[in-house]
Amino acid sequence: MPSNTPLSPTHFVAPLDETPLVAVDKVSISERKSNLYLDAWRDVRGRVLFYVAGAVIILILVVALFPSLFTSIDPKYCNLDLSNAGPGAGHLLGSTFQGCDIYSRIIYGAGTSLSVGFIVTVLVTIIGVVIGAVAGFYGGWVDAVLSRIGDIFFSIPYILAAVVIMSLFAAYRNVWTLSLAIGIFAWPSVARILRGQILSVKNADYVTSATALGVSRFKILVKHVLPNSVAPVIVITTIGLAGAIVAESTLSFLGVGLGSDSISWGNEISNAQTQLRTDPSNLIYPSIALSITVLAFILMGEVVRDALDPKARARR
Amino acid sequence: MSDTSARATISGSSLAATPLLEISNLNVGFTTQRGVVPAVNGVNFTIMPGETVAIVGESGSGKSTTAHAIIGLLPGTGKVTGGQILFDGIDLATATEKKLEEVRGNLIGFVPQDPMSNLNPVLNIGFQVQETLVANGKATRGKDAKAKAITVLQQAGLGDAEHRLRQYPHQFSGGMRQRVLIGIGLSSTPKLLIADEPTSALDVTVQRTILDHLAGLTREAGTAVLFITHDLGLAAERAEKLIVMYKGKIVESGPSVEILQNPQHPYTQRLVAAAPSLASRRIQSSSRPLATLDYVAPSIAGDVDLIATAEAHAEHTPVTKTLVPSIVVKDLTKVFQINTGKLQRQPFTAVDQVSFTIAKGTTTALVGESGSGKSTVARLILKLDEATSGSITVDGEDVAKLKGRELLALRRRMQPVFQDPFGSLDPLYNIGSTIAEPLVTHKVGGRKEQRARVLELLDQVALPTALADRYPNELSGGQRQRVAIARALALKPDIVILDEAVSALDVLVQAQILALLSELQSELDLTYLFITHDLAVVRLVADNVCVMQKGKIVEAAATDEVFGNPKQEYTKELLAAIPGAGIQLAV
Repeated sequence: MPSNTPLSPTHFVAPLDETPLVAVDKVSISERKSNLYLDAWRDVRGRVLFYVAGAVIILILVVALFPSLFTSIDPKYCNLDLSNAGPGAGHLLGSTFQGCDIYSRIIYGAGTSLSVGFIVTVLVTIIGVVIGAVAGFYGGWVDAVLSRIGDIFFSIPYILAAVVIMSLFAAYRNVWTLSLAIGIFAWPSVARILRGQILSVKNADYVTSATALGVSRFKILVKHVLPNSVAPVIVITTIGLAGAIVAESTLSFLGVGLGSDSISWGNEISNAQTQLRTDPSNLIYPSIALSITVLAFILMGEVVRDALDPKARARR
Repeated sequence: MSDTSARATISGSSLAATPLLEISNLNVGFTTQRGVVPAVNGVNFTIMPGETVAIVGESGSGKSTTAHAIIGLLPGTGKVTGGQILFDGIDLATATEKKLEEVRGNLIGFVPQDPMSNLNPVLNIGFQVQETLVANGKATRGKDAKAKAITVLQQAGLGDAEHRLRQYPHQFSGGMRQRVLIGIGLSSTPKLLIADEPTSALDVTVQRTILDHLAGLTREAGTAVLFITHDLGLAAERAEKLIVMYKGKIVESGPSVEILQNPQHPYTQRLVAAAPSLASRRIQSSSRPLATLDYVAPSIAGDVDLIATAEAHAEHTPVTKTLVPSIVVKDLTKVFQINTGKLQRQPFTAVDQVSFTIAKGTTTALVGESGSGKSTVARLILKLDEATSGSITVDGEDVAKLKGRELLALRRRMQPVFQDPFGSLDPLYNIGSTIAEPLVTHKVGGRKEQRARVLELLDQVALPTALADRYPNELSGGQRQRVAIARALALKPDIVILDEAVSALDVLVQAQILALLSELQSELDLTYLFITHDLAVVRLVADNVCVMQKGKIVEAAATDEVFGNPKQEYTKELLAAIPGAGIQLAV
């Protein structure tokens, strides 16, 4: 195309070797595969906090599953001679007012507290995801009805609701009823977040493409829309797990949680009220166990949130 | 790069005037985790007072970064790492923030790219214009500012300015917002106006009126203008001087027309060759396959000379084919019920009595500006929406009546490719699964056959087969669009509906995809419905054109007929608005 007409004096051409031409739209295959979850996993593995929180969580899980590995003292064996005794031989953290071993009761309480946390989380996730997904994806009157139901549940603070339910069913206080009472009012936040996420994903071109292919609505929801919407749900359930453990303690502390015969951190803290002045260690040690557990799950939630948010990753 | 500063070749003409802006050896880098990534590398140029200069380049060439560096508005971690930006005797590269604030707005105006996000939606227009005036010391708060704001809007070409002042951005169309932004940019009669892709989000006819208006205003006030654009035709039409950037460097600069007619650098030659607005004829696919297009040849991969190919093919008389109608659309109407917000619904006719026929193996383009109803037609044909009235017949079958198994069979014969390369692929599906999805959905072949077909399709769209295990975010826009095409072709459809399929791509990539589509058409005897807002592209790909306006087809004819002898006023207007259409290339 270049002709031989002389160029005007202001016409500048850079030498070719300075900016060698690259083929248009050249495919460069990087060494590693990359999508949201692969990138998040890679990111998480590079963070110290992930290992710290992860180690604590694993330790707590092992304690909860195999408490007998950590103590040989029966938490229900109480010796009134040792009432409010300080740390001593065989009793690492001392004894309660009733003369039970504090350390042993903390170890055995872990299982109860964590069970409540996990059961509530599973329950909330299942109800929240199903309702949020159906409402967001199908829209219309289905959405209107489900969202209003969610609003009703959302308008009642779940702790308050759980207090009412637990006092009504005082005869059936166990891990399952307590989890149900907490979970039944905690799901709307999950449903709302997922619904919002789905509303933005369901109009993506790849969803339209799948429709034009003849993929059924339900398959589109399960195969395309849900996987692309659940990231924020993963984050809030991790943090929510910590919230559920706290809720158990709160309810037990208020005397409407687990029955007084079960061992849980909430019950320990509740029982310690009476000796707050005389023997604060009754209160302090279970509280520390609770705080460390909650902190570990919250930090894990933070790590996961950062990893699943590409913008937050870029900022670091 | 020590020699670059030495040959600041475009330092003005023999006139002894001092340049308004003199950039020498500018380097800009972005700090990332892996260190400083250079974005602009040893750039030199000057702008004389009152001169209009355009920087042209593809995305990522550093053109916007250069513009932002001038006014000290580099995004994120961007930083000027070397060189000088002399504006009226002040070095802006080393100036303090305070000094920069004085220059910004006052001496250098800026018109941003996206009129939708650059006005604050919660403040009324009047406040935003007055704020600029007061901040630049051009008016005192109160009555004075208001009066001057009215003048600014009037100058920007907005009627009823006093009333407009009280309105909010959402009450303005895109074109009107851009007028407001131009008004704000010019409100303090700066010496230089930087316009960063000021009209790329607007329809062509709106673009033309706005640029005409801008040219008038700046000529009157003697303002120098620095245009940033990806559109070579637009740049050449609007600017006296052209700067072509590639990979952070200037590869060629000089008088616009001369660069267009006599491009020297191979990259500029590529750009000129691929610019659709400058090309003249359809890429002919009917007579012989376009295998001669260079995009597969590894040595000169990417050099798709659309003009040359089109010319070459035009000389071959196309094989006369018996035309069998593939899609017949008759009196198609779609009425939407729009919520007016007062518990009332208003009918809105998006598609109004549209009729056209597409013959098998040909391409029909549906052209129109935003809101003309063209995409709705596509959705109706694809049966993603139900038509209000009228009929669509595909290969003799009435689409409206199809259900269940028959509908699935129709879907198999007709596949879409959408506009947004970033939205059209599921980010969590790897490329192989994405392309295989049609096969899995329609239960074609076993796992092994499907895999083989995926690799074959990747090969067909000129992508390496190793990509099958990779995810969409590892690909560029053009490559994603190739994947979308491969997926659309998986079931060996007869009809492909391309809804703005190349609109979001850089010109060179766009030319490549168009060539690919053309080749696939002749190879597989595909029928295309090509939906676009860009008339320039139409000329390259379509056999027939339907021009849509406000839901109606206003003109329908063979492509050459429409371009050579447009009958309707609206079509003429659209044609005249193609930037650079009037520039003659010396080929």
